[in-house]
Amino acid sequence: MVDRPTEELRPPWILGRKGLGDVTRDICDVFEREPTALWWAAFTVSSSMLLAGTLAVCYEIATGIGTWGLNKTVGWAFDITNFVFWIGIGHAGTLISAILFLFRQRWRTSVNRAAEAMTLFAVMCAGLFPLIHMGRPWLFYWIVPYPNTRGSLWVNFRSPLLWDFFAISTYFLISLTFWYVGLVPDLATARDRASGFKRKVFGFFSLGWNGSTRTWVHYESLYTLLAALATPLVLSVHTIVSFDFATALVPGWHTTIFPPYFVCGAVFSGFAMVLTLMLIARKVVHLEDYFTHRHVGAMCKIVIVTGSCVGLAYLTEFFTAAYSDNPYEQFVFLNRAMGPYAWAYWTMITCNVISPQLFWFKRVRENLVLVFLISLVINVGMWFERFVIIVSSLHRDFLPSSWVMYYPSSIEIVTLIGSFGLFFTAFLIFCRFLPMIAMAEVKGVVSEGRRHSQARPAAAPAEDLDLDVAEARA
Amino acid sequence: MKKRSRRIFMGLFEREEDVIGATRAARERGWRIVDVYAPYPVHGLPEAAGFARSWVPWACLALGLTGAALITWFQFWASAVTWPINVAGKPWNSLPAFIPVTFEVGVLSAGLGTTAVFLLAFGLLPGKTAVTPHPRVTDDRFALLIEEPDATFSAAAAAELCARFNAVETEEFES
Repeated sequence: MVDRPTEELRPPWILGRKGLGDVTRDICDVFEREPTALWWAAFTVSSSMLLAGTLAVCYEIATGIGTWGLNKTVGWAFDITNFVFWIGIGHAGTLISAILFLFRQRWRTSVNRAAEAMTLFAVMCAGLFPLIHMGRPWLFYWIVPYPNTRGSLWVNFRSPLLWDFFAISTYFLISLTFWYVGLVPDLATARDRASGFKRKVFGFFSLGWNGSTRTWVHYESLYTLLAALATPLVLSVHTIVSFDFATALVPGWHTTIFPPYFVCGAVFSGFAMVLTLMLIARKVVHLEDYFTHRHVGAMCKIVIVTGSCVGLAYLTEFFTAAYSDNPYEQFVFLNRAMGPYAWAYWTMITCNVISPQLFWFKRVRENLVLVFLISLVINVGMWFERFVIIVSSLHRDFLPSSWVMYYPSSIEIVTLIGSFGLFFTAFLIFCRFLPMIAMAEVKGVVSEGRRHSQARPAAAPAEDLDLDVAEARA
Repeated sequence: MKKRSRRIFMGLFEREEDVIGATRAARERGWRIVDVYAPYPVHGLPEAAGFARSWVPWACLALGLTGAALITWFQFWASAVTWPINVAGKPWNSLPAFIPVTFEVGVLSAGLGTTAVFLLAFGLLPGKTAVTPHPRVTDDRFALLIEEPDATFSAAAAAELCARFNAVETEEFES
């Protein structure tokens, strides 16, 4: 027997010495059995939040934007904060599914499906906010360049707000495609286990998938291409979101650091949200063997990196303002740290820069309760980051006579709660009806870290075969 | 199009290293491999079966470039030709400002187009009935399908080869 100690040194990503059949059974069991009382409780809470949010939005549309706390100095506040917050949440899903795929990070297989679903729901929540901010949302299609009876009057292709529309719709459609393409083999697995009506539904959406290697060859190629397309796309989306601010001449917004700063912040907040969701989900549906302490550890390390990048960006902004010798720029930053919104600024610093540094300690990364709490703190911090950027830059502009404070109205707060309701309701429905872990991908990694001689009974051609497999893997 | 019926020999395996070995051995003997069914993409299996590399990347490149070229032309036409509008004194043809939308539409047409081409090329359509050689190939079994060309093909030899690679089941059928 050829000895390959490296395989023993690398611990397996999936615990419990699972076989292929065990993977199918464990993951399908989650959506094949009746929902638990815990699921119903969570669903009741989240759908009530969604209902409250829907009512708030209906009231706002019927009455007008005046129901919000905006004024003539602060024209963007709560709504755009929520928009940027949700778009940022979505970015971790694409990072996990596309960028980690290209880097061959095989631990992603346990989280990518749920993270991609999270991306879709977060982008839905995000898209809602600019839509209602339009004031006349029923005319939203005016932003699409279509031949119309007004001229045709075309859209302004020089406007970052239009770029944003293209970026976010492309992002949603490509994420949806990527998610669905990944889902097809798993839907086929679910189809072949189900019977009756469920079999018909899974059969319809699994597109006649049968696991033929002639198709797998091209499927893998397509999947890699989608990952390669999604990678620059996800960077472009938050870059373009930051252009909404950076191309305006508002001190505090008009800076070239915004694109990388926003992208880092997006990945940072997104990973925090993936941790929040997955730590709950692994307990609720008992998938502890698939989403292990090692997965949490890997994600915590990404949180340290992106959190530190965000911290560096905060420092750079201050340095640039000081070095610019521009009194308006300097004033904005002093006002952020010491003005009336200083409490929001220091909340942001504490949550985003200081709290993730705790992840340097292995004891913290291993303690899932602590990881969960820190992930919540980061979510709060990243929401405040957008609030600080938007409101503190606007509320004291060039003319002291127009300086005002901004406070959200109850309608705005309920709308934010409603977006969380939409997000969690959609996520719960996803967990209930679809495989929340990519079975076809996890099956490819279950035998990792296991010596083939251990994994099966001694057979005549074992030695040659081990070499063959080693070559094929290499 | 109705295909001439042919006899197929199927070996069913439990592990990827077995199916890779059996596929390679069958190919080395000159047998024609119809297909290998697997619950997940097995690395090294397409090479062992001698399947060609995918052409899908070329479709992606072509679709992406077409989409990007069309939207570049459209932005120029809409902003500078059909109804030029003075936006803050910017030039009619503001090419650098058209880059973000060009990029997004290029990605969109490449992604959606390639997926559509892939699904159509392999007949993966909503509601299509799946034809699987064994109900467990989407779960935990690998199926190697070899075509039996004529009477010189010995099913016994194929069964012996599969057994050497720990096959759990062998079967012959018409397709």
